[in-house]
Amino acid sequence: MGFSFVQKILAKYAGKEKVEVGEIVTVEPDFILSHDNSSAIAKTFKKIGIERVKYPERIVIVLDHCTPAADSKYATNHKEVREFVQEQGIKNFYDINRGVCHQVFIEEGFAAPGRLILGSDSHTTSYGALGCFSAGIGRTEAASIWATGELWLMVPETLRIRLEGKLPKNTSAKDVILFLIGKLGADGALYKSVEFCGKIIDDMDLEDRIVLCNMSAEMGAKNGYCLPDQKALDYLKGRVKGEYELIFPDKDDGAEELSFDLSDLKPQIACPHSVDNVKEVSEVKGTKIHQVVIGTCTNGRFKDLKIAAEVLKGKKVSKNVRLLIFPASMEVFKKALKEGIIDILVEAGGIVMNPNCGPCLGAHEGALAPGEVCLSTSNRNFKGRMGCNESFIYLSSPYVAAISAIKGEIDYEI
Amino acid sequence: MKFKGKVFKYGDNVNTDVIFPGKYTYTVTDRKEMAKHALEDLDPDFIKEVKEGDIILAGKNFGCGSSREQAVICLKEAGVSVIIAKSFARIYFRNCINEGLPALVCSDIFDKVEKGEEIEVDLKEGKIITKNGIFSFPAFPERVQEILLSGGLIPYVQKHFKK
Ligand code: SF4
Repeated sequence: MGFSFVQKILAKYAGKEKVEVGEIVTVEPDFILSHDNSSAIAKTFKKIGIERVKYPERIVIVLDHCTPAADSKYATNHKEVREFVQEQGIKNFYDINRGVCHQVFIEEGFAAPGRLILGSDSHTTSYGALGCFSAGIGRTEAASIWATGELWLMVPETLRIRLEGKLPKNTSAKDVILFLIGKLGADGALYKSVEFCGKIIDDMDLEDRIVLCNMSAEMGAKNGYCLPDQKALDYLKGRVKGEYELIFPDKDDGAEELSFDLSDLKPQIACPHSVDNVKEVSEVKGTKIHQVVIGTCTNGRFKDLKIAAEVLKGKKVSKNVRLLIFPASMEVFKKALKEGIIDILVEAGGIVMNPNCGPCLGAHEGALAPGEVCLSTSNRNFKGRMGCNESFIYLSSPYVAAISAIKGEIDYEI
Repeated sequence: MKFKGKVFKYGDNVNTDVIFPGKYTYTVTDRKEMAKHALEDLDPDFIKEVKEGDIILAGKNFGCGSSREQAVICLKEAGVSVIIAKSFARIYFRNCINEGLPALVCSDIFDKVEKGEEIEVDLKEGKIITKNGIFSFPAFPERVQEILLSGGLIPYVQKHFKK
């Protein structure tokens, strides 16, 4: 039997000829990402008693979770990160004016084919869109990588998800991944390395592939990836930092395979309070909403804002709805500004916020009140996620979110 | 390593937001303080009733959601000695090991033990002893055992890397 994508990458980084599924290997990642949690990581790092981080050039830190700081606790947290970065000579530091960590990480060219990337955030899986292995780890593990440069990983099984057909108009990568999570469940790909392939993936641009890999974490995957093609390589031009190697699985890699034809896919929505509680939007049409969030590492890229603007152009957001828009990064924000997208969104009554995570994890900028309902383009709708455990969060594509913002209730047709 | 304690029982897909609410992640930094919020959105009685050594028994995908370690620390600090589940979310499993809190995968036991029952776990033998029988779980790989024995990843790193 041949070897899977993840076996090949992990073997390479473990310095071995081959590795078996289930084997524990020790690897040195190319990069280790962290965000506002870097101050907690730094405290753990100091506890270890090693003075200097082993590879400062491999550490990437982006402040994004609560920026600008909501109160002095958050401010202190940011201050501690800045001091640590200074003291340790960490050059890949992006302060609060850059955007959501995963988007910034990709824009800055850290993600590239064949690499091994770890991050102290569960949606580190996003970078697989560029053909690398990327997985989320905990803070203690991040501290230990800062100190030693290495970490243990278990070699996962591979689940290949083949998506054939052609996506119907007004459906997108978000509908695809919600559909898959609904079918497979929150643990449907637990510990697995998930490959997305097939005609639908070939047709997708990079922004959409990021959505799939980002949310592969919501079905329990260790990592999600698409094999690198010309589109991925084109994106890397002028961005990528350093060398990289294209890695492909062997034909007979023994992966479990699932196949779906999505030519008839209907718009999908995740209902409270779990990401795998997925329905067709038509089933919950008419549900009253109070807030709509368009943004986050899942759906805050230029394409997402553009889709929202196409829907909202010349229309008004319902009086009963607060529409909050968070461009995923300053690069996205600037492009949207230049192309008149921001103008349309603001004219329609949207509130355009600074690029950051916003209310996605309930820290600030749009927390909910008891009984309120929010429709968001983010990736999680757990109870309490937006700062109030008596509120309700639905997840959808930017297209559905924009239409619903106009109607004041969940809908998918203009 | 042996542990004895009474069981707190929960279902499938218990996520990290109900184990440790996200709104506290940057405001509650003291480990003892974290324990006070353990499971507060799922089982507000947990923290009133839990005693040192108690054991959590859960269904599938325990600890899904964010990678926050507070969701492990709060349970450990509350006194939990072992978590047994049908399966664990990947990062949660790692976080448990790296905090030195054994996370055992065992499906058969779930329907055989009730809330409040006392059970015993023998880590070395890979056995869980209950009044309804003895259940076994797969042994941890060597590296993981070393980390657990050291009391977590940080003590392990201190032992092996600090010069
Ligand atoms: S946008 Fe949301 S899901 Fe993405 S990194 Fe920020 S908090 Fe996490």
